[in-house]
Amino acid sequence: MKGWDKFFALASGLCVLIIFAFLFWIIFIIARNGAGTISWEFFTAAPVEGMTEGGIFPAIYGTVFLVLVMTVFLMPFGVMAGIYLAEYAPQNSRLTQAIRLAVNNLAGVPSIVFGLFGVGFFIQYAGRGLDRTLGLETVFSQPCLLWAAATLAILNLPVVIKTSEEAIKAVPLEHREAAFALGATKLKMIVRVVLPQAFSGILTGAILSVSRGAGEVAPILFTGAAYYLPYIPKLPTDQFMELGYHIFVLSTQSPDVDKTQPLLYGTILVLLLLTLALNTFAIGLRVRMRRKYGR
Amino acid sequence: MKRGERITNSILEGGLKLSALLAIFLIFLIFIFIFKEALPIFTNPGVRSEVDLRDLFASSVWQPVSDHPRFSLLPLFLGTLKLSLIAILFATPLALGAAIFTAEFAPRALKETIKPGIEILAGIPSVVMGAFALLTLASVLQGIFGWTMRLNAVNAGIALGLAIVPTIYSVADDALRAVPGSFREAAYALGSRRNQAIFRVIIPVALPGIFAGFMLGLGRAIGETMIVLLASGNAAILSLDPALSTRSFSATIAAELGEVVFGSTHYAVLFFIGALLFVITFIINLIANLVVERFKVRLAGVA
Repeated sequence: MKGWDKFFALASGLCVLIIFAFLFWIIFIIARNGAGTISWEFFTAAPVEGMTEGGIFPAIYGTVFLVLVMTVFLMPFGVMAGIYLAEYAPQNSRLTQAIRLAVNNLAGVPSIVFGLFGVGFFIQYAGRGLDRTLGLETVFSQPCLLWAAATLAILNLPVVIKTSEEAIKAVPLEHREAAFALGATKLKMIVRVVLPQAFSGILTGAILSVSRGAGEVAPILFTGAAYYLPYIPKLPTDQFMELGYHIFVLSTQSPDVDKTQPLLYGTILVLLLLTLALNTFAIGLRVRMRRKYGR
Repeated sequence: MKRGERITNSILEGGLKLSALLAIFLIFLIFIFIFKEALPIFTNPGVRSEVDLRDLFASSVWQPVSDHPRFSLLPLFLGTLKLSLIAILFATPLALGAAIFTAEFAPRALKETIKPGIEILAGIPSVVMGAFALLTLASVLQGIFGWTMRLNAVNAGIALGLAIVPTIYSVADDALRAVPGSFREAAYALGSRRNQAIFRVIIPVALPGIFAGFMLGLGRAIGETMIVLLASGNAAILSLDPALSTRSFSATIAAELGEVVFGSTHYAVLFFIGALLFVITFIINLIANLVVERFKVRLAGVA
């Protein structure tokens, strides 16, 4: 390589370097400033003294609770839609194209818009309706974990649909034919032959959406996350504290910035490590799956 | 197959189809339910006495909480424009360069490191990116440029740019790799150098895909909330100066909906902004997705 070829190789390589420099800078700053805060107490204690001391246990607990409920809403619909698109949808039909377009567009809806939808639809419409029908005071018609989880489930639906579809399509055709040859119905073939093989691919989608669900703040701002709670939420109709929201609260509404700083960095580090671990796991799973099917 | 089994099968298969249709249904539902909360701006006389469409688009001050609330979307619109422009200007060259490097220059082993690395960047939660910009990036930038406002459009724009690099990169990378190898070979056979093959053949062919990546990145920059909320300073100033504090549509909703009275004018206006955001990003994404679709069909025809 010489002349212009060399120049373009270097220039484009420099772009990669700059991106990675920023990535490492972010991780380094957070690790350096947050590492000192990490202790057993930080994980197990509740915030005290106006959140200038103590730990983040309620936020960790709330995050786990939130993504669990989200997964329960999300996975059945996401995987079923993925199965339909991969196995049943007539390719090139208008309807199938419309569904794909809708999935892709849903993926691009800003997260704050999902938050508004959560308020307008889940709390004001579904919640009020439920309360009226069941003759309750305000149980469902207020921000709570249930609605925050449902909002996040919608936000993550495209991720799960796309990864499930891809995983199902990657299962070799011969396996399907073998199942049919043995007299299986299409549904039985899917449940017994295709889904078990597509499992790690579907799991990738689940993990990616859990990672995203744990990190998204805008959709839960008004649908259930609480600034501070003196108790641990027990029911899905309770409000909850959450890691990402806790970062937002600590960085914008602290009564004493200097005293909060270590806690803030500690919380950022915990969330960052959590999402990095989940993403690395998902990426690893996908690389393994691609190798297995030689793609 | 027994009759009962056949019925269960068709019910289950109907359920599969319904789940897929849910995506279409949700798009409509989101628009309807956000617009419904914004409707009082058009129908409720009480709300209309405080704000009408002319105030929203023609006046110049956003001051929702005061004795004489004023709801001009203009400063927010300019802010959103400014922020997404900076983000796109920062992210597009970097993402495109990185995509060209991975597709054309990088040896295989390096390629296998770059792609997951950029996926890791994509996995950083936006609240973490925002906090980084708030705590670290802002001080560094201020140290370099000496701005009076520590939190400003450039600071938030760069953080936003970092967040959309993975979007642009992955779509551009897909597009570059979708160009059939025969095109490249034909270019080399005609005596092209590598850079000539890249800039005269591969990029022009992949251009629709690259454009789509750019549009998806833009859509995300316009809608991204937490980074802007934390890093931009959030002052609704009617100015295009990038060194000033800036407020976007998305951050306005995030900052104000929590304290607003349900059913008030302010509440309706915030939902109106949400509906606007939804429509703008929907159109941008629609264009991007249609372009990608046509690009795939066209390449499938020649490959």
